[in-house]
Amino acid sequence: MYFLTELKEGLAISFRAIRTNKMRSVLTTLGIVIGIVSVTLMSTAIEGVNRAFDKSAAAFGTDVFYVQKFPWVSNDDWATIRNRRELKVEYVDKIERKSLLTDAVAPVMATRREVTFGNDRMDGALISGTTDAYLSAAGVSLADGRFFSAEESNGGRPVCAIGAVVAETIFPNQDPIGKKIRVGGFPYTVIGVFEKQGGLFGQFTSDTRVYVPLLSFQSNFGGRRRDVTIQVRAADLKQMEDAKIELEGIMRQIRGIAPGKENDFSINQQEILTQTFGPISLVIASIGLFITGLSLFVGGIGIMNIMFVSVTERTKEIGIRKAIGARRRTILLQFLVEAAALCLIGGLIGLIIAFPLSLIVNQFLPTSMPLSVVFISISISLAVGLISGFLPAYRAAKMDPVEALRYE
Amino acid sequence: MSNVIELKNIVKTYDMGGAEQVHALQGVSLALGRNEYVAIMGPSGSGKSTLMNIIGCLDTPTSGLYEFNGINVSEMNDNDLAKIRNKEIGFVFQTFNLLARSDALHNVELPLIYAGIPAAERKRRAKETLEHVQLGDRVHHKPNELSGGQRQRVAVARALVTKPSIILADEPTGNLDSKTGEEILMLFEELHRQGNTIIIVTHEAEIAEHAHRVIRIRDGKVASDDHVTKRRTYAVA
Repeated sequence: MYFLTELKEGLAISFRAIRTNKMRSVLTTLGIVIGIVSVTLMSTAIEGVNRAFDKSAAAFGTDVFYVQKFPWVSNDDWATIRNRRELKVEYVDKIERKSLLTDAVAPVMATRREVTFGNDRMDGALISGTTDAYLSAAGVSLADGRFFSAEESNGGRPVCAIGAVVAETIFPNQDPIGKKIRVGGFPYTVIGVFEKQGGLFGQFTSDTRVYVPLLSFQSNFGGRRRDVTIQVRAADLKQMEDAKIELEGIMRQIRGIAPGKENDFSINQQEILTQTFGPISLVIASIGLFITGLSLFVGGIGIMNIMFVSVTERTKEIGIRKAIGARRRTILLQFLVEAAALCLIGGLIGLIIAFPLSLIVNQFLPTSMPLSVVFISISISLAVGLISGFLPAYRAAKMDPVEALRYE
Repeated sequence: MSNVIELKNIVKTYDMGGAEQVHALQGVSLALGRNEYVAIMGPSGSGKSTLMNIIGCLDTPTSGLYEFNGINVSEMNDNDLAKIRNKEIGFVFQTFNLLARSDALHNVELPLIYAGIPAAERKRRAKETLEHVQLGDRVHHKPNELSGGQRQRVAVARALVTKPSIILADEPTGNLDSKTGEEILMLFEELHRQGNTIIIVTHEAEIAEHAHRVIRIRDGKVASDDHVTKRRTYAVA
């Protein structure tokens, strides 16, 4: 009750003081506004990068192994890896026959070509040659149409399924299904469109890809010396480890690797990416928040500075208040409330400015200002106010009333 | 009748840095009873301001005993002194010392805020007290919208509003012309008649003549302590 009365009086005094020194308050608050804007935008961007990464990583599928010549992440000697024997498309049948713990195996070859439909074109789309097993091996789904059948795959028919971004680019206002497009100059009929996956600038996802039957790919774009990736999907997410061990055994057998010798192939999976990216993103986030936090710190120093000025200017007032019975903590509270009010106003203005800016960030990264950021910013600005207001308020609180009354 | 204020051998020494010391008060003993009207006089540098600060609990003595209403306040801490100032002492200063940005009502209300009185009662009491000093029609005026005499009356109202044991006035007419100064003195006289204990600190003999008792301070000591028989009084309607 008593505390509330004091708080109310403190608030009234602060608003009167802020109104009296409008220009000064605005300039001081500006530091906090800039600090809060940069901190909220930075955390929104970090959130966006993380979400984008999660989406991209999800596109690889949690239950899919990628048997490849090159590892995704490695500290091994580059030359040794480069000298590994190429993987062969024939492995697919062998893996399928021997494996018990996997349920879909598909070879994938890729190259970059331009894709055109009439006057609309897309440069640098990733053209992937694969088999009908790809759909289940990659765990992706179609938004429209269908993937190629076993017959179309085995016959190397000129059909294709295209990614969502490809469809948007070359078919701005039309239904792509049944249309004839040119892929690197060769005609293909669109039979399916993938669901949009999003992710980091559309990389690593099906969005910017065109899938064609492997046989057709090899005859049109060449396939002899091309690197092949074999995508293998585990039958059961719970038996990922076992499936990986089994797959490794089968591959060693196919490649004829003697016991005790190193693998000359890599089994990659999404987990490797998340394990690698996790710590990196944490470091980036920490550095980013630290640097933007500095601007908030500078804002806090501004508040402290102006509170010292305010306390000195109002020495006489403090003396009067003490003479008629204000206790130390009353005076302390009064100035703390004033500093906190300045910072809170700054924080709120900062949020109001940061919100539309975060919508702009949203154009580039799949993000929105998280609600938690709103609460955290408000708490941070309150904390900055209390911390930077404390020293000036403490100085005011412990003033000697006799001295303060004599001050002119 | 018990005394409101009892000072026994009060000494106040200021360290001026190094070995230099100023002995502002050198053993002052005084007793002031309820409903007394006392003037404390002395030339500047006599120690009367220091004495006033100690009586007003704004400062504590270096040594000696100060009892306020029988309670030893000479060794109280800041917070307890603030409480005594709030509830038991009403200050009236030479320069009024009102809060410039607050209106008369809020200025008078302020001690009640620090006393933790609820808003409604605060407003009512502050308004009543302002009416008491004939400022019922100036409640929402800010100090710069009031004349010097009116400002001092707001200050008197602020001093009165907590119904303190003493009213301590430091040169209350020093910044006023003689006519308004007399008005303030008439107000004090009326307050005294109503039972208040009043202490005026002044260096003007004319003002001291209104008091019932005049204490003269010289060189940090009580030089004389006289009960006045022939007082100057105003006819109060």
